[in-house]
Amino acid sequence: MSAQDSAARPDRGPRSAWTVIFGRELSAYFSSPIAYIVTGLFLVFSGFFFFSVFFLVNRAELRGFFSLLPILFSFFIPALTMRLFAEEKRIGTLETLFTLPVSGFDATMGKFLAALSFSLIMLLPTLAYALTAAVLGDLDPGPAIGGYLGAILLAAGYSAVGIYASAITKNQIVAFFIAFSICAFLTLVDKFLIILPAPIVDTLEFFSAGYHFDSVSRGIIDSRDLLYFASLTALFLWMTVAAVDDRREA
Amino acid sequence: MIDVEKVTKYYGSFRAVDDLNFSIKKGEIVGLLGPNGAGKTTTMRMVTGFLTPSSGSVRIDGTELTDDPKSIKRRIGYLPESAPMYGDMITEDYLRYVAAVKGADRAKVAETSIVCGLAEVMHKNIAELSRGYRQRVGLAHALLHDPDILILDEPTSGLDPNQITEVRNLIKEIGRTKTVVISTHILSEVEMICGRVIIVSKGKIVADSPTSELRGRYGQRSQIRLQAGGCGMEELKKAVRSLPGITACEAVEGEAGLASVLLSLGTDEELRPSVFSLVKEKGWVLYEMALQRNSLEDVFRSLTVGGNE
Repeated sequence: MSAQDSAARPDRGPRSAWTVIFGRELSAYFSSPIAYIVTGLFLVFSGFFFFSVFFLVNRAELRGFFSLLPILFSFFIPALTMRLFAEEKRIGTLETLFTLPVSGFDATMGKFLAALSFSLIMLLPTLAYALTAAVLGDLDPGPAIGGYLGAILLAAGYSAVGIYASAITKNQIVAFFIAFSICAFLTLVDKFLIILPAPIVDTLEFFSAGYHFDSVSRGIIDSRDLLYFASLTALFLWMTVAAVDDRREA
Repeated sequence: MIDVEKVTKYYGSFRAVDDLNFSIKKGEIVGLLGPNGAGKTTTMRMVTGFLTPSSGSVRIDGTELTDDPKSIKRRIGYLPESAPMYGDMITEDYLRYVAAVKGADRAKVAETSIVCGLAEVMHKNIAELSRGYRQRVGLAHALLHDPDILILDEPTSGLDPNQITEVRNLIKEIGRTKTVVISTHILSEVEMICGRVIIVSKGKIVADSPTSELRGRYGQRSQIRLQAGGCGMEELKKAVRSLPGITACEAVEGEAGLASVLLSLGTDEELRPSVFSLVKEKGWVLYEMALQRNSLEDVFRSLTVGGNE
């Protein structure tokens, strides 16, 4: 979105609306103080958990970091997504947006991919933990790669939840708490299952994002886990499109 | 070009727009006039596809709005009421973003910003702009892709008198080649800009006519203001009432020492000669006699307030 990029990109015909929205939303993150605060806090917390476990256990692994990632994401991803639609509704720009040639799908995909990209940018500095572990010890690459793959899948799923919450209210704080509740539930539901009989546990476990994340972050890539995250993301994105395409009330 | 047929819109149980029917031809500049809460904004939101009517249909060139929203929206430039925009962007980036979404040529950004007088604020944050500049950025937003149809919701609200004149001239200029619908509650604006006016009140159309014929069609008959000297008020009233064609005569404020009255006419006939003869015959002195047309304000008031009683 600068003068250089207009020179670098001669007219190649119109871009699809979602790519334009993606660009705007991503650059909006970089000009938003909240995004920097969220990133900073995320790194402080994740760093604390990584190093405290790392030196306590004294093993070259990222387990301390990855075991807490789902609950950290439950909090920090909704903080990144809460603005996306709620703010547009509050200040009225939703009307300018949807009277442009933009469909609900364009808006949702553009915003979702921007949120996902920014959460991955937030995750990027944590590679330093992996590097630390690799330098100080003999890091097993399987769980580390699996952990980061799981983190991407988890970020996609929770971003979809967050954007949906943002699409159903005009209050960012409400959007945050709705998304946080859903994400925290998905993270923790398998942890509370000890009290229930085994057959129910097996069914409920399948709905737990925490459970699937744990399994991916052990370095075992199972199609059921991939399917779970793909369905979670698709379901919430589909609900978001339906919510923003509902033009009966404004 | 724009056909609105039997459109009704409910918000919950409140009927904001009630069985609206109108069609606008290519090249018309139409003013949508009405008091606050009459349903102007709701109507515009339905024509631009932001809201779906509860019942009825909106067609642009015969295509139902819901059938192909994207390509129809590409043909419409819309300025929403109070021009909501992303405050965290600078004007130039914002207009580039809009141009990209609309699939307009990048060169259009510079061109439109000159037309709308935005040169000075291209590198300012939209949040920091004054009301007038915001409105102009909104106008640029609507005009960017050179749409055939322009829909402007209160385009001059919040502007100072100089800016109002500029924006009106701009709209007139644009209106030569496009179909324009503007909403306003300023009557003189409609008179200056629009060739046709649709007056809505409580969600219904109460008048739809060429602006020039509005007074004749919906106005009451004219009045004559008369000031005479050398006579008492009662004397004058009594004499004037005896003239055929005068339905009422009431005292109004006037210069000291003169009798001032306002005559309501029951006919379209020219009555000024007979009034003059009367005054002359009585030996009074005529200081002032003026035929007063109904103002648009009167027409508007009688249609939107009187109609509810």
